[in-house]
Amino acid sequence: MRLRLRPMAAAAAAAAAVASPIIPSFLHPSRRLRLRLSLSIPRSTQRCFSSRSCVPRRRLTTVAASTAKGDIGGVEERFDVIVVGGGHAGCEAALASARLGARTLLLTLNIDRIAWQPCNPAVGGPAKSQLVHEVDALGGEIGKIADRCYLQKRVLNLSKGPAVRALRAQTDKREYAMEMKKVVESTPNLFVREAMVTEILVGNNDNVEGVHSFFGVDFYAPSVVLTTGTFMSGKIWVGRASMPAGRAGESASQGLTENLQYLGFETDRLKTGTPARVDRRTVDFSGLEPQHGDEQVSWFSFDPDFHIEREQMCCYLTRTTKDTHKLIKDNLHETPTYGGWVEAKGPRYCPSIEDKIVRFQDKESHQIFLEPEGRNVPELYVQGFSTGLPERLQLALLRTLPGLENCLMLRPAYAVEYDYLPAHQCSRSLMTKKIEGLFFSGQINGTTGYEEAAAQGLVAGVNAARHSCGKPLIVLERESSYIGTLIDDLVTKDLREPYRMLTSRSEHRLLLRSDNADSRLTPLGREVGLIDDRRWDLYQSKQARIIAEKQRLKSVRVSGGDLAAEVTLLSGQPVKDSVSLESILKKPHVQYNVLDKHGYGNNLLTRMEKECVEIDIKYEGFILRQQSQLQQIVNQQHRPLPEDLDYYSMTTLSLEAREKLSKVRPQTIGQASRVGGVSPADITALLICLETNRRKASERKRLELQRSSIADVNDLNSSPVLTSHAVNSN
Amino acid sequence: MALRALLGLHIHHLLLRRNPKFQKFPNYFNPTSLIPRSRTLISRFSSTGKNLILTKDERVGTSGTVEGLGTIAAIVTSLGGGPAAVGIVRLSGPMAVDVASRVFQPAKRNGEVPWRPRSHFVEYGLALDLEGNVIDEVLAVPMLAPRSYTREDVVELQCHGSDVCLRRVLRACLEAGARLAEPGEFTLRAFLNGRLDLSQAENIERLISAKSVAAADSALAGMQGGFSALVKGLRKQCIELLVEIEARLDFEDELPALDSSMLIDKINLMWHDVQQALDTADYDKLLQSGLQIAIVGRPNVGKSSLLNAWSKSDRAIVTEIAGTTRDVVEAHVTVQGIPVTLLDTAGIRETDDLVEKIGVQRSEAAAMSADVIIMAISASDGWTEDDKKLMEHLQMNQMSTSFATPMILVINKIDCAPSITEELFEINTRIFKKHVCTCAVTGQGIVELEKAVLEVRGLDSIPAGGRRWTVNQRQCEQLLRTREALSRLKSSICEELPSDFWTIDLREAVLALDEISGVDISEEVLSNIFSKFCIGK
Repeated sequence: MRLRLRPMAAAAAAAAAVASPIIPSFLHPSRRLRLRLSLSIPRSTQRCFSSRSCVPRRRLTTVAASTAKGDIGGVEERFDVIVVGGGHAGCEAALASARLGARTLLLTLNIDRIAWQPCNPAVGGPAKSQLVHEVDALGGEIGKIADRCYLQKRVLNLSKGPAVRALRAQTDKREYAMEMKKVVESTPNLFVREAMVTEILVGNNDNVEGVHSFFGVDFYAPSVVLTTGTFMSGKIWVGRASMPAGRAGESASQGLTENLQYLGFETDRLKTGTPARVDRRTVDFSGLEPQHGDEQVSWFSFDPDFHIEREQMCCYLTRTTKDTHKLIKDNLHETPTYGGWVEAKGPRYCPSIEDKIVRFQDKESHQIFLEPEGRNVPELYVQGFSTGLPERLQLALLRTLPGLENCLMLRPAYAVEYDYLPAHQCSRSLMTKKIEGLFFSGQINGTTGYEEAAAQGLVAGVNAARHSCGKPLIVLERESSYIGTLIDDLVTKDLREPYRMLTSRSEHRLLLRSDNADSRLTPLGREVGLIDDRRWDLYQSKQARIIAEKQRLKSVRVSGGDLAAEVTLLSGQPVKDSVSLESILKKPHVQYNVLDKHGYGNNLLTRMEKECVEIDIKYEGFILRQQSQLQQIVNQQHRPLPEDLDYYSMTTLSLEAREKLSKVRPQTIGQASRVGGVSPADITALLICLETNRRKASERKRLELQRSSIADVNDLNSSPVLTSHAVNSN
Repeated sequence: MALRALLGLHIHHLLLRRNPKFQKFPNYFNPTSLIPRSRTLISRFSSTGKNLILTKDERVGTSGTVEGLGTIAAIVTSLGGGPAAVGIVRLSGPMAVDVASRVFQPAKRNGEVPWRPRSHFVEYGLALDLEGNVIDEVLAVPMLAPRSYTREDVVELQCHGSDVCLRRVLRACLEAGARLAEPGEFTLRAFLNGRLDLSQAENIERLISAKSVAAADSALAGMQGGFSALVKGLRKQCIELLVEIEARLDFEDELPALDSSMLIDKINLMWHDVQQALDTADYDKLLQSGLQIAIVGRPNVGKSSLLNAWSKSDRAIVTEIAGTTRDVVEAHVTVQGIPVTLLDTAGIRETDDLVEKIGVQRSEAAAMSADVIIMAISASDGWTEDDKKLMEHLQMNQMSTSFATPMILVINKIDCAPSITEELFEINTRIFKKHVCTCAVTGQGIVELEKAVLEVRGLDSIPAGGRRWTVNQRQCEQLLRTREALSRLKSSICEELPSDFWTIDLREAVLALDEISGVDISEEVLSNIFSKFCIGK
């Protein structure tokens, strides 16, 4: 099956490349003209790969045309939600949707690659771990699987504050994919099928009706989630050599980009890469610095059922040498960026080793981590060593690293280019603005990372399911979560590189901690329907214990004794007589375990719960200050903007603001203020326009009412006020 | 005292009368009126169209959302127009009463109880700064929402009319947590909260577009003097520190540990700088310095005579010898209540005399930093080639700072050549906003000159503080907020809080120092991180 598909896809690509610039109309003789000539030309030149016959492409369209006529014989496949893509976004989307009761179809190019980790075998890290905790708090899956399949876990930024503390797990790549696949396959309402989607079926009202596959099957659903990852017109590069592929050894998805362009979407191209894998058995670890996991393991999931400890593996640290730098400098012309044959810029936070060496000339050495990819496989991931050098130089380059002098390479480093859709085309529910019921999530929106993908997948899945049964969509506000921040950034800002979540992207990160992800989001998860009774009970009793413990610490007082002596020692501050445990906990360097040590702790609480209590008490002042600052801006920021605003008619806005706002079409004032090129003065002008419009409208309404029935004027006049009060009391 | 109280009440009545709706439509604020008042009250938990929007942390008790926007303060009576009997500082916003209670101490009660004002009920008391020093005797007029101009809580503090008093009270309000109002912001809020009628909206729009111009202007005005250099320097340092800390938060294992003692030293230095700037930039002193007017011109056109005539003194030595004035000579005059410093400068010309050369340099420096430049020429010599050169030179200097100080052309020694050719002015109207003919010997034209100075600075008709003043108030506010943030930062460090907490106040300091608010500093920090550190997998 796979073997047969691949040459066909390649041929199809070639067909598009050859045919479209010359005779575009010939390409799609069926139903409608699918390609816009202007858009297809640059795309086709990118894909000049080989020039074989264009027959397969023609056959494809013929087949498509015949099924579209609605011939008898086929089984019509109807679903509530179709998720295209089985990566980290697709899995979360499909699971969320199915768990909400929607009949969900997950279409993937290869069932054996569900939830694959094509790059770093790790989950979490700064900001990313917050995303994982949040997804888990909402009833998502990524945290549970990472907890189940970890090889090593470490808490980063331990001493830098509760908000930036971050859990990172090295995961067993194969086990991870297997476990997720098991969950996907065993979830009721969720159906999995291999298919390459080439077309979105659109109804008369610009609403999605389903998808059409390469082999000519139509699947119908009122909601479709696209999570195409790096597969949409994907192309991989090693040195100067390239081939169409979504990942090494996996065929790209062809045709969908053109279809989306035909539907009026703007597409663009991004690039990312992955380093080489080496054989662990050929690496000499004796001289390398080992990096062990934490002795006390922390967890992504709030569900204690998944807190099962397992044996940990070790990572190792090595460094680039003079030889590494020399080899790269001598061969710079062989790399895509410096050789000048690939223009697409990679993300700043994943620079290739040649970028690091060129840009930071004075740095003599860069550190490189060696991470195991699994318990039963020999692959080692060489973190920090991605390169665009040709394969013939890659092994030599690897062998310049201490410990890798005799290593064998299992997979070469490669880069991948793919199509994405600038996410300003989505609203914050992740539904596209153009086609109702069509959702995008993951790398198609320009992000990078499994965690970012999972976070979007969950939101898209929930909203796809809600959309399919006519419920209002959910939007997570920026201030509510990293998920909200991520999506708000994506749909609002003009992004030029793959977007990675970073703690510094959140303005109020002190409030968006991993320890309170559940108390921020689990109630929403419950309301939406992703948190079952068991999880809800667990959650509620946890919150109750935390509140009770805070009360207890407030009321219990101590005078003198060992505790006071140790606290004085730790904090360097005197301890007054009859001081509450709460005040003791507020002192610097005094942690909850000091209370435990002296018998003042509470054994009913878990370690996590104690940490929650400690954070709430220790940083109360800061947290309250941030909270009140947030509340001051939130009313203004969350003021909704009507969807049909004509920004071009607002002459008081700057020209740039008019253009950008028309493009982004923000949903709130706050979002508008974050659109690049919109100044505070523009926001004020916008507020005035809104108020003017509102008054004109209410004036018109009043006149109409007066005209229609003078007797009713008094009653009717008061009605808008009443509704507005009803809204406010919610 | 009784007199003050009466006076205050009188003003209050005037205020009421100024807003005829107060009396004409007593039920204007009735909730059943056509216009729903709760424009700013849309709850974040409400559903907006199709979308359900949620944010809440169940563990932190919800302390209730603060309605509306921040609390703003400004002097709403005119400044610089000569001392008036009474001036008003107005506070508006959800925290208005809170802020006022920190500044205002009612005479009847002691300061211990939180001030609970009765709406539209005048109280007499003292205005105090945060250290508890008495600034002024004031009347407080609380107008609680929605029965106020902005439909928010409004407190007006009626102070003595001198500029010094008003500025000190305003500063106390800013220190107590209010933000300086943007031009027209009270009116804007009134409109957005459903007051004023539609025809007035147009005026507000005009005001706002003028505001962005004014903001640009004040940003430009801020370019001169050490003040803005300080602000920019501080901002840059804050960003640098943020970059150091944040890089290590997001890329922990890739960077060497933070050198926190270096950080602490830098923060202490910055705090010191801000404090010093605040000391020197004290309002009272600013007021004392008033407007600076530099008199420039080529040698021997009568600059010093002009200064002497204007200040009615013999402050500058006057001789027939060209190049008599070698250093900058100061004299003080008062123009309609505004203190003005006249700077007589050395005649600008090419010279080999070392002392005179320094004098010329100082003249140029004085011209660069002045609020108004008066270029003097001699009517008897007419428009000479040297004058032209000098004018071009001044223009060049202005272009290099991209800030145009208003220039006035003074044609001195008018008695020597009573008829002046018209084409002279045709050439120069673009560069010189005004021209005045004077005779330093007789004092002729000085009154006109004073008028011209006020006009070119826009001080003749500006209601609430001239632009120049606004800039200074704003800079002062910037520094105040920066100092608060840095103080908190210092205490965070003292309490050995983790480094993430340092970023909170550093970010606030940056926001305070931003001349134009709303800049996305996250992106700036990130790009600095990526350009400074080698990070990434």
